[in-house]
Amino acid sequence: MNHLDDIAPSPEALAARLRNERYLADDGLATAIFLAIRLGKPLLLEGAPGVGKTEAAKAVARLLGCELVRLQCYEGIDAAHALYEWNYQRQLLAIRQAGEREVDIYDDRFLIARPLLQVLQAPAERVLLVDEIDRSDHEFEALLLEFLSDFQITIPERGTVTAKAQPIVVLTSNRTRELAEALRRRCVYHWIGYPDAEREAAIIMARAGDVAEATAAAVARAVQDIRVRPLAKPPGISEAIEWANAATVLEKGGSPWPEAFRRAIGVLVKDEEDLTYLAPELPRILEKALG
Amino acid sequence: MTLPPAAANLAGFARLVRTAGFAIASEQIVTFLRGVELLGPRSMDDIHDAALATLAPSPDRRAEFDALFRAWFWGDVTAVAAGDDDDETKVKDDGGAREEVFAPVEQIVGGEMASATEKLAARHFAMDREDRDAFALRLPAALPTRRSFRNAKASRGRPDLRRSLRAIVASDGDVPSPVMRRRLEVQRPLLLLIDISGSMKLHTADHLKLAHEIVRHADRAEVFTLGTRLTRITVPLRIADPELAMERVSETVEDWDGGTRIGPTLLALLSVPRFAAFARGASVVVLSDGLERGDHREMELAFRRLGARAHRLSLATPLAADSRFWPRTAALKAVLPYLDDLIDGSSTDAISRFILSLAKPARRASDIWREAS
Repeated sequence: MNHLDDIAPSPEALAARLRNERYLADDGLATAIFLAIRLGKPLLLEGAPGVGKTEAAKAVARLLGCELVRLQCYEGIDAAHALYEWNYQRQLLAIRQAGEREVDIYDDRFLIARPLLQVLQAPAERVLLVDEIDRSDHEFEALLLEFLSDFQITIPERGTVTAKAQPIVVLTSNRTRELAEALRRRCVYHWIGYPDAEREAAIIMARAGDVAEATAAAVARAVQDIRVRPLAKPPGISEAIEWANAATVLEKGGSPWPEAFRRAIGVLVKDEEDLTYLAPELPRILEKALG
Repeated sequence: MTLPPAAANLAGFARLVRTAGFAIASEQIVTFLRGVELLGPRSMDDIHDAALATLAPSPDRRAEFDALFRAWFWGDVTAVAAGDDDDETKVKDDGGAREEVFAPVEQIVGGEMASATEKLAARHFAMDREDRDAFALRLPAALPTRRSFRNAKASRGRPDLRRSLRAIVASDGDVPSPVMRRRLEVQRPLLLLIDISGSMKLHTADHLKLAHEIVRHADRAEVFTLGTRLTRITVPLRIADPELAMERVSETVEDWDGGTRIGPTLLALLSVPRFAAFARGASVVVLSDGLERGDHREMELAFRRLGARAHRLSLATPLAADSRFWPRTAALKAVLPYLDDLIDGSSTDAISRFILSLAKPARRASDIWREAS
């Protein structure tokens, strides 16, 4: 696939292109994405909530000029939600309408393609995102395993649908449970950690709307400081971006700087106990970050 | 071996990682070699990145993996020891399926770990085979359940439009008897937290034995040991053979018969989102005497948080076997309001009977103990 070779000649080139899509990937992530694209393997991203796993998939889709087909996993997800389903109501109507005539009720127009089938139908134009796979049950993981190894789906009434080309697949997991070893070893794997202050400031600048550079740097420093504390839910990057946005809005509304940060803390830390824990230390953290 | 020297070197690293207990398939080694080739490789960083992406070490063991990498490619032997040292976490999780175990290491370490193995092996287990089999047989049906999102075919229930229509289509428009559906029930997770401190020494082996039966026969169960640190032992307990499972457990756990820090270790459990998720909607059973050394405020906070997540939070203490027992210590008094059950945990029999009755409704612990006064 020459097209892919052009887009990803090296991890650095790929990282630069991702930067154009406003996604800042570190070397490890860029290498993992590069290998996944070039080796034609699914990419498995794990990490704490809010570190940009889903965003990475979106950026890859934009970069390749593909449509992103998202399959959100949940407990109890089954084949009818992931693969395909027949439109029974329309089939019944068609049978009634046809009367004595012959009607093919397994025609394309009665087939509802779900994400996995949608991707197989146009592998070059679609990127599949299987989001939060740790939420699904083991049975679904096994189904997915089969799909990822052969890229084909068998519809009993129609035969087997096979992808003409290998589609690009991104899987994400919050690691609330361990995934099957078989799934891990089929994928290119990357653990997305929290970035350092400098990179985080750059990410905030790239993603937030109208935030001054000094604000982004202060937010990044403060968030780093908060993350090392034993919180029930440490803030992710997306929360940091929200915080920078919220504080900027408040500042424009007339609150001075440390005050604006303090008042907007609710978008950063969303746990009552964490807030109580942070409250006495917050002025010092902010002072240090702003200073 | 027909591999060129450079490739053989890389494959050798993959094999080294495998002997160190990381689960690595041959397929992954091939991907690793192809990845390195694709990257150039222009520097050691490329090889390192490719190794991380394709051999996929779990994030908990990243330091160990990096140390092996340095040792293999840079000849940095001290790095291995250093890597082990900075791994000073209170939480331990042997997530990866171990294929091989370093036998010599255990012999060298000797001391505590070896003696723990001996102790476990030598101790007479109170629960005999028949009791165990009866318990295992009844367990899957006895644990609390919740309604699942899924539907199943049923003889009674709500009409299943989708399946009915499919049946109609299949029979060319004839209307057979309608299909009914019912929401499935799934077992709530069971989270077992075993206190292995010195004061619980007499009971530890029985508790582990019981935990082994539970992990083997319940649909969803997680087991942790609490001592001076927190250790996840679900993975070693999945081994079918009890002796081997106990051996692996004693290798995994490092703080046998030490002090107790129930509060901090439970908070450590709750601070790892992955572990905290095990408690959500689960039946949480803590096997501990609740004798907290030092301040009990952390223990109270931990129980409050656990109770808020759990479906049912129970504490089984061996002290309750005494008829004069009463939750008198400051720590027990503080956690009593958050407990659903405070029960006798002196024998495996009592605990297993309690676990089998988890699905049945019971009055809150604080009500029961208030009346008993």
